[in-house]
Amino acid sequence: MDAKTRIARRVAQELHDGDVVNLGIGLPTLVAHHLPSNIEVCLQSENGFIGLAPLTGEPEPGLVNAGGQPCGLAPGGAMFDSAMSFALIRGGHVDVTVLGGLQVDQHGNLANWMVPDKMIPGMGGAMDLVTGAKRVIVAMEHCTKDGAPRLLERCTLPLTAAARVSLVVTELAVFSCDRGRFTLEELAPGVDLATLAARTGAGFDLALPAAAHHRNSLRSMC
Amino acid sequence: MQATDTKRRSKLACPDELNHHLRDGMRIMFGGFMGVGTPERLVAAILRHGARRLTLIGNDTAFPHSGVGPLIASGQVERVITSHIGTNPVTGRKMLAGQIAVELVPQGTLAERIRCGGAGLGGVLTPTGVGTMVAEGKMRQLIDGREYLLELPLRAELAILHAKRADQAGNLVYERAARNFNPLMALAADKVIAEVEEIVDTGEIDPDQVMTPGILVDHLILAESH
Repeated sequence: MDAKTRIARRVAQELHDGDVVNLGIGLPTLVAHHLPSNIEVCLQSENGFIGLAPLTGEPEPGLVNAGGQPCGLAPGGAMFDSAMSFALIRGGHVDVTVLGGLQVDQHGNLANWMVPDKMIPGMGGAMDLVTGAKRVIVAMEHCTKDGAPRLLERCTLPLTAAARVSLVVTELAVFSCDRGRFTLEELAPGVDLATLAARTGAGFDLALPAAAHHRNSLRSMC
Repeated sequence: MQATDTKRRSKLACPDELNHHLRDGMRIMFGGFMGVGTPERLVAAILRHGARRLTLIGNDTAFPHSGVGPLIASGQVERVITSHIGTNPVTGRKMLAGQIAVELVPQGTLAERIRCGGAGLGGVLTPTGVGTMVAEGKMRQLIDGREYLLELPLRAELAILHAKRADQAGNLVYERAARNFNPLMALAADKVIAEVEEIVDTGEIDPDQVMTPGILVDHLILAESH
């Protein structure tokens, strides 16, 4: 299983039956393919509807996801304009937003919309989503292509929003952010703490009892 | 007699109508999200007309060859107020080369600024952007312990919209996700021209289904038949 699939599968476990969820473009979109069969979530698409579903059959005129790709519409869906869409997002009516990230820091800050002088796509709906959703989950690969850590003490890239990230899921681990520290909630199978620490640009606390379990398994592996 | 009245009151115009409203240096709002809900025939008309130094206001600059993209490539645009340019590399290149000024606005803030512009409001207080570059130079306001930014209204001289159906009176119905910014922009421009796929007689659209009231629409242009 590749890193992205592993991350998407793990994020899917965070969603609950009945949640209203917005999935960002790219990796977060994959989460929809890994939802447990016993839950139903309602996907919000910021271009103006509730009920985003996979495309089945021929594309329908005007029906695209927030990446501009043809998509489907679940029964019970609803279409609306951009003001309503962002009233839902900003107004706390979206339970979970899952977004990609360039950097996340221990204060819960997220940077994911630009790299000065290099890549300036714009924030699109990301700033509103991170500010307004009840829970913000960042789904990203643990390090950059060059191997630099993305989890940091302090983001160096321009922020998308301050102190809003609840959970970070990477292919190596799951961290929560609270009170200015990362807490390791879960270690991916086959990953040891020393490797994780070496690839993480900030200190982290261990959550109990899950981390204790990993410590024990680490000891037993040694 | 009634039929004659209906015809006389029709807002249907010939495609050249747009030429009467274009001039250099004007601000134009365009509906659409990644080109979906953008009136491409009207975009093509602006290209043909050649108006220059335009300011465009809309969600994104779509793709190089669709939506509002061709206008970016043509060099007629001086400035863009938008939330996203990532799908049109031409916008990014021109921005880095100093040929186009880009003001990036969070999408929900852009929607609200346009809504304010059309609704007679002096601005909106939003938490979006607090603690980021977006907050720079903006007035901040604490309300019940939460920080907000004052975002100011946006208006334009012209809005170009796309709708699925109109009646002769200009009442509009949008299709699926092609609605997006169109209804907001219908309120926020001095002149509003809608490109529609179908025009029916006044009275044929159930008033409950109207998404933009016809009083906001000045002219209707038929989209080219598919």
